[in-house]
Amino acid sequence: MSKNHKAASQKVASRKTASRKAPARKAPGRKAGNGKAAPASVGRQFTGSEIVIKALLDQGVEVVFGYPGGAVLPIYDALFQQNALRHILVRHEQGAVHAAEGYARSTGKIGAVLVTSGPGATNAVTGLTDALMDSIPVICLTGQVPTHLIGNDAFQEADTTGITRPCTKHNYLVKSIQDLPRIMHEAVYVATHGRPGPVVVDLPKDVLQAKGDYLPPSEIKHRSYRPQVKPEASEIERAAAMIAKAKKPIVYAGGGVINAGPKASKLLSQFVHMIGAPCTNTLMGLGAFPASDPQFIGMLGMHGTYEANLAMHGCDLMINVGARFDDRVTGKLSEFSPDSKKIHIDIDPSSINKNVVVDLPIVGDAGQVLAALIKALKAQSFRIDGKAQKAWWAQIDKWRARDCLRYRQNGKVIKPQYAIERLYELTKDRDCYITTEVGQHQMWAAQFYKFEDPNRWMTSGGLGTMGYGFPSAMGVQVAHPDSLVIDIAGEASFLMNIQELSTIVQYRLPVKVFIVNNRWMGMVRQWQELLHGERYSESYMDSLPDFVRLAEAFGATGLRAETAAEVDDKIMQMIETDGPVLLDCCVDQSENCFPMIPSGAAHWDMLLGPEDQAQQPVSEEGMVLV
Amino acid sequence: MAPRQEQSETRIIAVLVDNEPGVLARVIGLFSGRGYNIESLTVTEVDPTEHQSRITIVTSGTPQILEQIKAQLSRLVPVHKVSDLTREGDYVERELALVKVSGKGNKRVEALRIADIFRARAVDSSHGHFTFEMTGKSDKLDVFIELMRPLGLVDVSRTGVVAIARGPAAL
Repeated sequence: MSKNHKAASQKVASRKTASRKAPARKAPGRKAGNGKAAPASVGRQFTGSEIVIKALLDQGVEVVFGYPGGAVLPIYDALFQQNALRHILVRHEQGAVHAAEGYARSTGKIGAVLVTSGPGATNAVTGLTDALMDSIPVICLTGQVPTHLIGNDAFQEADTTGITRPCTKHNYLVKSIQDLPRIMHEAVYVATHGRPGPVVVDLPKDVLQAKGDYLPPSEIKHRSYRPQVKPEASEIERAAAMIAKAKKPIVYAGGGVINAGPKASKLLSQFVHMIGAPCTNTLMGLGAFPASDPQFIGMLGMHGTYEANLAMHGCDLMINVGARFDDRVTGKLSEFSPDSKKIHIDIDPSSINKNVVVDLPIVGDAGQVLAALIKALKAQSFRIDGKAQKAWWAQIDKWRARDCLRYRQNGKVIKPQYAIERLYELTKDRDCYITTEVGQHQMWAAQFYKFEDPNRWMTSGGLGTMGYGFPSAMGVQVAHPDSLVIDIAGEASFLMNIQELSTIVQYRLPVKVFIVNNRWMGMVRQWQELLHGERYSESYMDSLPDFVRLAEAFGATGLRAETAAEVDDKIMQMIETDGPVLLDCCVDQSENCFPMIPSGAAHWDMLLGPEDQAQQPVSEEGMVLV
Repeated sequence: MAPRQEQSETRIIAVLVDNEPGVLARVIGLFSGRGYNIESLTVTEVDPTEHQSRITIVTSGTPQILEQIKAQLSRLVPVHKVSDLTREGDYVERELALVKVSGKGNKRVEALRIADIFRARAVDSSHGHFTFEMTGKSDKLDVFIELMRPLGLVDVSRTGVVAIARGPAAL
């Protein structure tokens, strides 16, 4: 079998060189699109399926996460006959997209997905929306019924381009084999350039079976899409002048820095050190600035630190690098940082002035803008205003002294914060990647796990997709087979994509799932406690599975920690056990996630802990907000 | 979100797009999905060799929303150019209406007389009706249609606004 694969892959390779040598031809007539063989006189031709695989390989894609079905059988047949493109068989299409997201987020490369028509495509929609909200480059190939059946309500037909139009950056329906190579390369270009995002290519079965010419990526240029990556010089000048004047600056950095590549994170550190400002990161931006740096003041927003939110509120210059003033970050807009000038650096012009009106917009790639800013500041021999900075930092240190993340671990019952803090302490010196699901555990992970580097933290920020973390960890592990990959999970979220246990066992992916198990949908319970009179409507999970035996049923290892004293041992056991491991960490069921800015409240209006709860009822305006 | 005190304005936005399947759905979906208004929208191919269409949208909102609309439109992959005609200098704006008026006797004479004043042209007629074609700014069409209402107005078809900047420069 493997010999055959080798031979096939060599064949593919030789075809590739053959097509490179051949001069670019105009496609040989539209007739090729209807499934019949094109005239043989024009040299080497490929089936649509072969073109899809060749295009992915030429674009540097090494692995595709997918699930077969009727409409994509031709691609699966072509996959079988080659050895260069690896396929990971997931157990649900949503898992495929999240896996591709994890792969993309942890490598900076595009993630690839292959699903069939109809339910395959509709199951992928949640993942696509997640990738759109968090700006993750993904190419999703969907099968489609043959072109002559489109619109006939054929078996497993869905209007995939219609359904995915609002949840992708762009999508294509390929109606003719002639368009296929161009669309494949364009799709990757669009997904990875400008603000990254998911792109769907819908592939009717007859197009996959038709034969046509292949064109390499070098011969394709997009007609219109040219996102601006280089900032305007005049804007850089103005920004440098504003920075020079600031007495209380703050840098607020988001996922855009991570999307701009590891170099942008280095430049961010350089920039922050140069201007001496405190730096806060959004949930998506964690790792863009080293958490151990004394100038790091933690995550900001609804469950951000006291010092980060108050510094945002009290600053006189806010420099937003690659973040989008999300409502989780701003809180009440009318009271958001009222006395500051604001600079907003973003690659997407539509993010600017959307929620918060800023004084200076700079459109461009975060890395390029930071490099230009550093250069401009050096050119004007910028010096930190020592006196002003001293006062500013004295204020920040006062806020820091509130120690807003403190919790009390006493007694046998494991505090969730303690569990995550111990996980951090015991894994921080390893080559480790963290993913999360969505809810309280996600916020505790963001607060207590400290990231020094970008691309190490994968979480569903914008869409808040429960079930994201486990398949995402699977994708990360595929990209980094020798690294330690941990999904910090809640038991409710984990149940949403638990089928992927079968995948990780099949591919021997040693993903570790650290379940912070409080038997509740913890964040829902917390809101019901704080906002809905402790009426815990449908947020308790009765009859949860025995996760240890469940892991064993799938062929993984299951562990359980029930007392604080055994947390360290169990974590070490989880790390040191080969293969996939589930650690069911049974934590305090009533713990709430603090600090918290209640919905509709301003940054200064934070709840720091259980003692704060009774002070102010949430306003009616706030109750409406999510 | 805090209530905004800014006044709502009406703008005419011209969008040059690749004439590919789904492009109109993208534009319309953007407006409905983000809760923007469309007062009128026209689209047709204007450059058959380059396969480009021009969409003219009349929309309203606060200045901040209008800037958002333009940024969101520019972000669509098949969009080549977005131009805010209302803001970017003088422009010519026209709409065409076909107006059917049914009736007999004096009302019929009066309809024809008013049509003449408005320089509307009868493009179809019988003993029982006239269909007028009229071109002009939308408010002029509104007035004409209102005047026709008591005279037997039965059917109206309007194109929506098309507009183009004054002067020698292209979009």
